[in-house]
Amino acid sequence: MEFKTAEEEISRFRKRVLAATVFVLICFSLLIARFVWLQVVRYDYYRTRAEDNRISLVPIEPNRGLIVDSQGVVLTRNYSAYTLEITPARVANLDATIDELAALVDIQPKDRKRFKKLLDESKTFESLPLRNRLTDEEVARFIAQRYRFPGVEIKARLFRQYPNGELASHLLGYIGRINDREKKEIEEDEERAANYRGSDHIGKAGLEQSYEEELHGITGFEQVEVDAGGRAVRSLARTPAVPGNKLILTVDIQLQKIAEEAFGNRRGALVAIEPGSGGVLALVSKPTYDPNLFVDGIDPQNWDALNNSPDHPLLHRAIYSAYPPGSTFKPFMALGALTTGKRSATAVISDPGYFWFGNHQFRDDKKGGHGLVDMHKSIVVSCDTYYYSLANDMGIDLIANFMGQLGFGSRTGIDISGESTGVLPSPAWKKKRFKKPEMQKWYAGETISIGIGQGYNSYTIMQLAHATATLAANGVMYKPHLVKYVVDARTGDKRTIEPQPVKTVPLKQEHIDFIRKAMIDVTKYGTGARAFAGVPYEVAGKTGTAQVFSLKGEQYRAHAVDERRRDHALFIAFAPAHDPKIALAVLVENGGFGAESAAPIVRQVLDYYLLGKVPQGAAPEQPGEE
Amino acid sequence: MLGRLYKRIAAPIDPFLFALVALLLAFACFVQLSASPDRIQAQLMNTLIGLLVMWIAASIPPQRLQHLAVPLYVLGVLLLIAVALFGDSAKGAKRWLNLKVMRIQPSELLKIGMPLMLAWYFQQREGLLKARDFFAAIVLLAVPVGLIAKQPDLGTAILVLSGGLFIIFFAGLSWKLIAPVIIAGIIGVAAIVSAQDQICAPEVRWPGMRDYQKHRICTLLAPASDPLGKGFHTIQSSIAIGSGGSFGKGWRNGTQTQLEFIPERHTDFVFAVISEELGLIGNLGLLIAYILVIGRGLIIAANATSVFSRLLAGALSLSFFTYAFVNMGMVSGILPVVGVPLPLISYGGTALVTLCLGLGILMSIAHNRTFLQS
Repeated sequence: MEFKTAEEEISRFRKRVLAATVFVLICFSLLIARFVWLQVVRYDYYRTRAEDNRISLVPIEPNRGLIVDSQGVVLTRNYSAYTLEITPARVANLDATIDELAALVDIQPKDRKRFKKLLDESKTFESLPLRNRLTDEEVARFIAQRYRFPGVEIKARLFRQYPNGELASHLLGYIGRINDREKKEIEEDEERAANYRGSDHIGKAGLEQSYEEELHGITGFEQVEVDAGGRAVRSLARTPAVPGNKLILTVDIQLQKIAEEAFGNRRGALVAIEPGSGGVLALVSKPTYDPNLFVDGIDPQNWDALNNSPDHPLLHRAIYSAYPPGSTFKPFMALGALTTGKRSATAVISDPGYFWFGNHQFRDDKKGGHGLVDMHKSIVVSCDTYYYSLANDMGIDLIANFMGQLGFGSRTGIDISGESTGVLPSPAWKKKRFKKPEMQKWYAGETISIGIGQGYNSYTIMQLAHATATLAANGVMYKPHLVKYVVDARTGDKRTIEPQPVKTVPLKQEHIDFIRKAMIDVTKYGTGARAFAGVPYEVAGKTGTAQVFSLKGEQYRAHAVDERRRDHALFIAFAPAHDPKIALAVLVENGGFGAESAAPIVRQVLDYYLLGKVPQGAAPEQPGEE
Repeated sequence: MLGRLYKRIAAPIDPFLFALVALLLAFACFVQLSASPDRIQAQLMNTLIGLLVMWIAASIPPQRLQHLAVPLYVLGVLLLIAVALFGDSAKGAKRWLNLKVMRIQPSELLKIGMPLMLAWYFQQREGLLKARDFFAAIVLLAVPVGLIAKQPDLGTAILVLSGGLFIIFFAGLSWKLIAPVIIAGIIGVAAIVSAQDQICAPEVRWPGMRDYQKHRICTLLAPASDPLGKGFHTIQSSIAIGSGGSFGKGWRNGTQTQLEFIPERHTDFVFAVISEELGLIGNLGLLIAYILVIGRGLIIAANATSVFSRLLAGALSLSFFTYAFVNMGMVSGILPVVGVPLPLISYGGTALVTLCLGLGILMSIAHNRTFLQS
């Protein structure tokens, strides 16, 4: 019995062993099925996943294209420097980390402030610079302690530098960190998004912005094998970056410098154009700013200083601000009168010192008037009464139509953005501009002061220079441009930005010659004679004084008026008068009479451009001081 | 003289099992040379110690082993209690006991001690077996398993629990009791899989489980839900296995391995290294070797002469299976990630010594059957 039980026991045990064997085989079959699924059925998928793990495409930032002036002087350049960067998402306590870093690397309060500003503007998984331009010693000190700072890295980056600082800053513009809005815009275009994968910076203003596509270059890529920690193990393949194209400007930086210095610390704008091509020779807006401040992200202190200054240095006065042209409008009015046949050159008016329209008296600048005035004299002595009556004779529609043809009231199309249209007054404009019906109506009395460049007239200095250049080129209008050539970075091929004749304004040569003669006499005997005393070349010019505030019933006295309420001083000119190489317009804000403060600037610019004469360090006279 | 020495050494060794073990250990060195070449010296040292332990265990007859069952079990449980009271914490778990001279992990002791104890118990009850004996066995099993799970060390708890359950199964627990447990288990797993969205919600707490254990199960169900966190292990090891394909990328050429995408690639996840570098062929070869080891163990069990030997041999064989299945299952993403090494391959001296001890006991049982018969 006992024996049998043992036998039974063994046989039952063996059955259990058999069951266990079946169980083991089932379980292992399950594993085999899983292996076949992963390694055979889904092989392609997992192979791709493994490759994706292993291979990382690292963008190589292209060298940004250089900008040089017409003489080859470098205006923007790149340099490589080390930056200390933090990826905020990987750092637990930012402030503590920065404090610890400060022991190794010099970190100023302004660096902290700028970092805070960047932090507010960006996403936390981006790597943000804390300190730029580390010294070799600082780099070495950090590297030795690197293990203590996860999420903090030293990166070699290319930086943009503007070696001339504040000189020509408005036309060059600057680059800055790509912001959210720009990022979205870039991401809309897939190709562009790929090309910006390695870029933190983008052109924000001036040429840097408008020629962004040329300057940026093509991002290269390096295929890198990376380990699980994201560290590069070895390079597999490399497509080098193609540097951005070089821009050669029409601008002569020396001329620009002389023009800027001629302003001294006065505010204003100057635009000089080559009449035969539309090439811009100088584009001045004063005051200027240092574009280098923006490259690494501007710190709040400097930003506030620029933004809150009453002088508004960031304002591009040459192309954005619109001013009444004052008497510089008169030659164009005269040309309009001749072209439309509304008044002949020989017609004479009598100027008693005022012009009556209805029951309103429009005063002439000169008390007692200029006596008998024909068209030539009206320009040379800048007679207001002549133009009051001319405007009245022509009527607003004819004036608006003619001035519109010369480009007044529309953008010139210069190759940087930020241009405004100004205001070419007309009944149609007024209707659009105002909401109230009584304001929408054009009154004939409003036409009168249009004739002397006042009233609703409001143009950019760019437009004024553009119209002057068109006049100098006998009515052939070229699109103004700052860039002369784009040099391909790879091939070295020069692509010329061809002078683009926009149109030829239908003018008679004899009319143009007449205006030219009158303008020459302005600088010989007229309002501009003092500034141009003894010039060895002929200059056609016209002074202008634009009223900022109307002073009812008072005699305008420059000394008595608050500086900011003084008139703007203007001057337009082209020279040599019979073979114009340069046409320009200049405005000095609150400069008083054009002949006093604007004309001497033009003289210095022309002397340099035509004679190569560099001014003798004499400080330009201060506004209102004689 | 030399011949006699050889006979003396070879006498307790089961040639077939030894050949398999030697093959697997050599394979382990081969794999470790790729996964973690720096550790190869330690690996060789562990291998030698393991073989020595195996030989010693093989030399001890099962009858003498029986006497160790109760003291070993009692000592193990006492040490587990000591760990719970005075143990060292590491990574949120209390598993080690610091004895000044050395730190020990008492749960490891139970991997052998538990089957030994239960085999001894059923040996005592030979011929008198009643239902309440199974109940007593379950209590004996539950105490250390509960203590280990509480540490928490899910991997070891599973190994100890399965070791004990195998004894109970081989001792003849009625199918009527086994079947409902298996069915309940299948239903439970099915329920978890189908209701994962609800039960894996972060605010839901699972009774009797730590949060990290719940996460392991949840990430197994949906590893993509947390690709850089808790799902990282499973995703990366699946990629390693899948990208290995049929023939593998070649020894030392696995990108997932060499570029450190596989976590714990020399210990618990070493199977991913094998899969990636040696492919499906390598996996099948390893599986066959394991089946042969388990099969040999079960044959030894079937032929064993006493209840104690039989049960012990059966349980040890199936424990070996548990190691292999749980490890490969978790690495290939069909089981949750628990700390169970790949038997004889994973780097780590303790596990290797424990496994060799078990294999040595199997050899001893095989040897003593023939010894008794002759």
